[in-house]
Parts: sequence; structure tokens; C-alpha cells
Amino acid sequence: MIPSLPRPLWLRASTAAYLLAFLAFLFLPLIVVGVFAFNDAPYPAPPWRGFTLDWFVGNSAAGRTGLFADSELLGSLWTSCIVATWVTLLSALIGTSNAFLLERGRFRGKQTLSVLMLAPLVIPGVILGISILAFASRIAEFADDTFGLELDFLRPGLPLVVLGQFSYIATIATLTISARLRRFDTTLEEAALNLGASKTAVFRTILLPYLRPALLGSAGISFLMSFADFNTTLMVVGSDSPLTVMMYGRMREGASPVLNAVSLFLMIASALLALALLRRGSRTAA
Amino acid sequence: MAAAPAKTPGQAPLVLGLLLAPALFWLLALVILPHVDLAILSFRERVGPRQYAASLAQYKTFFEEPLYLHVFLRTAVMSVIATFLTLLLAFPIAWIIAKLARGRAGSLLFIVCLIPFWVSETVRTLGWMILLRESGVLPALLVKLGLASVPPELLYRDATILVGLVYTSLLFMVVPLVTALESLDNSLIEAAYDLGAGGFTILRKIVIPHAAPGITAGCIVVFMLTLGNYLTPTLLGGKNSQWFTEQIYTQFITRFNWEQGAAFGFLLLGLSTALVVAGLKISGQQFGDVMRRT
Repeated sequence: MIPSLPRPLWLRASTAAYLLAFLAFLFLPLIVVGVFAFNDAPYPAPPWRGFTLDWFVGNSAAGRTGLFADSELLGSLWTSCIVATWVTLLSALIGTSNAFLLERGRFRGKQTLSVLMLAPLVIPGVILGISILAFASRIAEFADDTFGLELDFLRPGLPLVVLGQFSYIATIATLTISARLRRFDTTLEEAALNLGASKTAVFRTILLPYLRPALLGSAGISFLMSFADFNTTLMVVGSDSPLTVMMYGRMREGASPVLNAVSLFLMIASALLALALLRRGSRTAA
Repeated sequence: MAAAPAKTPGQAPLVLGLLLAPALFWLLALVILPHVDLAILSFRERVGPRQYAASLAQYKTFFEEPLYLHVFLRTAVMSVIATFLTLLLAFPIAWIIAKLARGRAGSLLFIVCLIPFWVSETVRTLGWMILLRESGVLPALLVKLGLASVPPELLYRDATILVGLVYTSLLFMVVPLVTALESLDNSLIEAAYDLGAGGFTILRKIVIPHAAPGITAGCIVVFMLTLGNYLTPTLLGGKNSQWFTEQIYTQFITRFNWEQGAAFGFLLLGLSTALVVAGLKISGQQFGDVMRRT
């Protein structure tokens, strides 16, 4: 129960034990991933055989291909970055536009539209993926049959991966940016307009700076979600695999500590991103 | 351009149109039309090369082939169990964060609980595989402790799949629960205690009714995500996973039988939607509120 009420010793002890067990459950998988990236053995498994950096810097001459020599893995990391950049940009743009539409627009069917915008979050990712795949193929077939056009970007590949991820990440960006715009004090805007500022100037100098934290936050989340997306991506992926799909393929084949190395790399990168966002968040709150 | 202030009477149609266009394009081209197309696909049958006829054959196959029905029901039941376990595991931690930890400790603990979810599910699953596989960390530990003579294979079991699913879903349960519990006034609990209520009665009569919206929101989201999960069941369950999304993948990508895959997709979507609607009905909540809560 709550601190102001007497809590018997057994309850306090079991609360502490539960908390410890919970944290262990939470972090054990991440810790083993990190630790076995440095184990001097061909498999990420015990026993510990000593510390090595082979799984990062090793090259084929050493008999072990480390992360920085594994061009396939590095390529997929790069692919993921490109996809995530596109998804982030598109989501930020449509998120801002939707925020103004929902918060400022007055038109019939707004309520329906705003509920519809939430739909992508309740559709399982696999189904978003196959529906986009099927629809894109239908358009491509149609263009081919009627106009003899080859629309390659509608075939499984990176453009479809971007669209597939964008289809639901856009909802998250919309929610984040709308939430901030809703709290905006419109008198600031009116004052600026009264003082003769143009609408464009108001947007650039008042609204955009105000929305900045939400824009950055949603961009960070979009980037991470795009990087981590698997379900939708798997259905529409072509010959260039983003990192999650590549890792999945390798994990099914067997284990190699290179995967631990790339995972550790990801963990550090997302931790840095998270810290940057948190610090930014606390600074704007202060 | 987009700065049309709220109080100007009469909105420029041009601005409204400019804002409406991307939203409509997104929803129509990427969400609505693809699903209409998927529905059409699922209700047709190939009768010859590039020849199709409207039919219910795909759905008939589903109900006549015991394997498909079995996998479908299994996925649903496992998802319900996973959701329930997630709730059981997440509730105490949410309570500690919202009620027991004081001041900064609470928010710090909250952030600590969110950390694992900043890394992708692939990485987290990799961690579980290293922990649980026959040559992995936990089997080796069991042998060392004398609890097993040979390292047991802990992967490819139903329990393993559940552990993975619960782990992946925790965040989506903890966040709405913490929000719900934080808004509960401590004096209500104190009053109940002073009036002689025991811990269990307080939980049943005060805490759970108050937290019900958060519990529903968490359960709905976790159930949906579990049902649609692909990575965790296939990697932790291997050939024994028998997850329905895997059937969809097989039909669509491996067998190239899009009609069948589309029908499976719709069945999964139907189940997912039905449970979301049922959850909302039971708790009397609005869809929009639930989504904003999480």
C-alpha cells in the first residue's frame, strides 16, 4: 500500500525483491547482448573465453569478420538510415499539416477524419504491409497493362518500405504535434497580426519556434520507430534489406557475435538519442 | 501559409485545401484503398491464368482446413494469456512508480523501465535467444547449480514465446497504468484503511475501479500488438510457434497465394478489431481517448 500507511516487513521485503527481479528481467537480455559482443569465441554463448574486439574490428584476414568489415551488415545499417530519414521527414511534414488541420480547421467530417487518422495504430503491421503491397502491385499492373509504364517504385523495395512505415508513423507524429499546438496561446498570434506581421511571418517566427520541441520529439520517435520496424517492412522489402530484416535473417541461420556487436552499436546510438531528447525536454520544461 | 488564426471568420478555402490534401492522400492511398483492395482480393478465386471470379473459397479453406483454424485460435488464446500476464507483471511496478517511490525516484524508475524499449525488438529477442538456447546462459547456469544434468533447450516452447511477448509488451502496459494510478488520490486509500478495509478490499473496491481506463487501454494495445507480432513468436518459437501472422507471410510471400493471404489478413484484422471494440464497450470508453492515453 502507500507510504503513509503502515506496511508490514514482509510486504516491504517482497516489494524490494519484486523490484529487483523485475529490473533483472528487464535488463538481462540487453546485458548479455552487450557482454557477448566481446567474448573471444565464435558463438555468443558461455563460457567466457576472454576479451576481444574482433567482432568489431576483425577482418577476413583474421578469420573473423567484425562489424566494421561486414559490408553486408553495414550496407543494411545505411539502408535503415536512409529509410528512417525519409520516414521522419515525411511524418514531420504531414504531422504538422495535420495538426493545423485538426486544431485550426473548421470543416464537416473533422471528427470522422481525426478518428480515421488513429486507425493505422490499430491495424496490425503485417496487414498494413500486405495491403500496401497488394495495392501498389495492382497500380503497377494497371499502369503496365494500360500505358505500358514500368513503375518500379511500386514493386517491393525501399520506396514501399518508406510508405509502409510512414502509413502508421504519421499517426504518431500527428498526435505529438497536435497535442502541443492545442496548448498554444492564440493571443500571441493575434498580437503579432495586430502589429502588422504577415501570416507567413507569424508562422515562421512564432508558431514554428513554439512547435520546435514537439517537432524534434516526434522526429526522434519517428526515426527510432522506423529503425525498429519489422512487421510492415518484412512484407514489402525488396532486395535491399534494412537492418532489422537482415538481422532477422541471420538470427534464423545461426548465431554470430557480429550481431551482438551491431546490437550494442544500436543500443549506444539510441541511448544517445534518448538522452539528447530528454535533456532538450527538460530544458524546455524549465 | 498555415497560420490562419482560429478566430478569423471564414477560412480561406485554399489553405484548408492545402492542409486537407496530404491528410486525404495519406489516408486514402496508404490506408483505406489498400484495405479495400485487400478485401476484393480475399473475395475472389483464380479460375485460370489471369482469370478471377468472385468467391468465398478463401474463407471456406480457412474453416475447412483444421491447421489454419487451429493456428488462428491458438494465436488468439496465447495473446489473451500474454496480455493477462503482462498486466499481472506490470501492475506492481506501476504501483511502485506511481505510489511508493518518492519524488525523483519515481520518475527515475519510470525512465529506467522505458530504456529497454528504445532498442528494437530484434535486439531484445537476440538477448533472449542468447539467454535461453541450449548452449545459452540460463541452461549453463542450471547445470552449474545442479538443477539439470544436461543443459535443457529452453527455446521453442510455448512458455518461451509468452516470456518474449510479455517482455516486448511491458512498456505499453506500464505507461497507461502509471498514468491511471498517479491520478488516484492517496487520501481515498487512507480513508478506506481508516474505515477498516484490508489491502485486498482496497485494491478491489478503490484502486481497480479507478485504474480501469488505464487497464483497458493497456490491455487493448498489448493484445493488438501481440496478435500482430511476427518476430518474437517465430524466433523464440521456431517451427513450433504456429503464429497466425506467419501463415499470412507464408501465403503472401512464400506461396504467392495472395487471395488466401488477404483472407487470412482480414480474419486477423477482424479478430483484432472485435476485441478492441469489445474492450471499449466493456469499459465504456471512446476509441480516441484510449489511443491518446498510450
